[in-house]
Amino acid sequence: MTGIVALYIFMLAAFTGYEIIARVPVILHTPLMSGSNFVHGIVLVGAMVALGNADTTLEKVIGFTGVLLGAGNAVGGYVVTERMLEMFRSSGAKAKQKGSH
Amino acid sequence: MLGGFDASFVVQASYFVTAVLFIMGLKRMSSPVTARSGILWAGAGMVVATLVTFLYPGMSNYELIIAAIVIGSLLAWWSGKRVAMTDMPQMIALYNGMGGGAAAAIAAVELYKHAQGDAHTLTISVLAVIGGIIGAVSFSGSLIAWAKLDGKINKTLRFAGQKFFNMLLLIGALVAGGMVALHLNASPLFVTLIFAFALLLGIAMTLPIGGADMPVVISLYNALTGLAVAFEGFVLSNAAMIIAGTVVGSAGTLLTQLMARAMNRSIGNVLFSNFGESGGAAGGPVTGSMKPIEATDVGVMMAFAEKVIVVPGYGMAVAQAQHKVWEMCQLLIDRGVTVKFAIHPVAGRMPGHMNVLLAEAGVPYDLIADLDEINAEFETADVALIIGANDVVNPVARTDKSSPIYGMPILNADKAKNVIVIKRGQGAGFSGIENALFFLDNTRMLYGDGQKATAALIAAIKAVG
Repeated sequence: MTGIVALYIFMLAAFTGYEIIARVPVILHTPLMSGSNFVHGIVLVGAMVALGNADTTLEKVIGFTGVLLGAGNAVGGYVVTERMLEMFRSSGAKAKQKGSH
Repeated sequence: MLGGFDASFVVQASYFVTAVLFIMGLKRMSSPVTARSGILWAGAGMVVATLVTFLYPGMSNYELIIAAIVIGSLLAWWSGKRVAMTDMPQMIALYNGMGGGAAAAIAAVELYKHAQGDAHTLTISVLAVIGGIIGAVSFSGSLIAWAKLDGKINKTLRFAGQKFFNMLLLIGALVAGGMVALHLNASPLFVTLIFAFALLLGIAMTLPIGGADMPVVISLYNALTGLAVAFEGFVLSNAAMIIAGTVVGSAGTLLTQLMARAMNRSIGNVLFSNFGESGGAAGGPVTGSMKPIEATDVGVMMAFAEKVIVVPGYGMAVAQAQHKVWEMCQLLIDRGVTVKFAIHPVAGRMPGHMNVLLAEAGVPYDLIADLDEINAEFETADVALIIGANDVVNPVARTDKSSPIYGMPILNADKAKNVIVIKRGQGAGFSGIENALFFLDNTRMLYGDGQKATAALIAAIKAVG
């Protein structure tokens, strides 16, 4: 990947993130923060590559810690976001029922 | 190696799919109707990316990778399922810190390799250093935020020249990073110094910040971790990391600004002014006295009201009173009372913290209104019931220029005909600022734990018949 292409990706992704949040209702701020917290769990993939290329013991220890932490970020982020959003669904369903009769 | 199978292409194509799934997932999470499916989309993206990374060319140490994933996942799964909804903010802080730590670990591996003669280009090593510093700050800072919110650290560390000390730590990290990146002295010692300084900086930055500001701080560290991930994505030429990290970085920055604005403060102010624990002596003297009331009287008052607005705050979360509160409101609704919930943007410890708790209790979200929607309605409300909220209803924010919260938009609960405050004791709020609302003529104090007081109110409303 050339530097300038990477820069384009960076710029477009920054606008994307801004647009996603710009019109979000306050009610979803915490789930969305939690959801974006999950999304940066993609760091796991980078940590796997780092550990996969580690040679010395020091590199392996640090790489192992990185994968451990990255997996924690991804899985933990997913579980708490899912639990939070689960509640929104049930309350939404209830709200609909209330409106229908 | 596998015939015509091009592993590198498969990996890159799958990362592309992952990036699309992440963006679609986040987009779906930004609307209440599709939110639930949003996390599934993003989750599918994560699984694809993780599996396909095993095909990454030139890797070894597979048994270590699998062991680390299994251990990390199991621990996080167990803790994430077990945590109570009221403790969500600190868990998000903790998982976020882990992400920052992972980004710092990638930087550390790459920089140690760089120091060992496996030199990177200048651009790449500079990005690795910056991403590493940000990740390490986010890691140690988030751990402190977690410990503070979880009540493991109660003290705030402050000393003269603290900002100067923090600045020295930052300069130390940058200088060590510069030495390594420019190959002036790219020894493992200097690589270690970068991270030592950065980790200390995260701790020193977060320790003096008071609990009231933690929502903003967690959101900020979330954005920082995203940025660190993006930088390490550049180092590894990993488009999925660049896109996901940058999206989170910019979305998180905007979210942090929204939160800071709701408190009428800048992010710099949050980080450097030490608000949230200080200010006990600030603000003019408040005249009048707090007038107590019994639960039975409040029950009658609400049962015969036309409109009741409930203002929940962190106290409701601490007392786990959300279920009881909704049970009480249902009784009122059945009697024909109009009930609404007024949520201040920074009520609780995170934006939307109250919404999550009320959703847990089953409150339909058409009853929940935010500041702009509800503020004009307080004047027509018979009762404003404050449960564990304090600074967000303090009229001092409108009038007293000497108060630290002057200018912060507040819920106009004081405009209601009757104001009932459920509060544990007579002490000042989280910020230590005396609340003028409690001393108004139309305010009555119902002392007690949120859960017990609400249970007493339920009994009182039922007794009305």
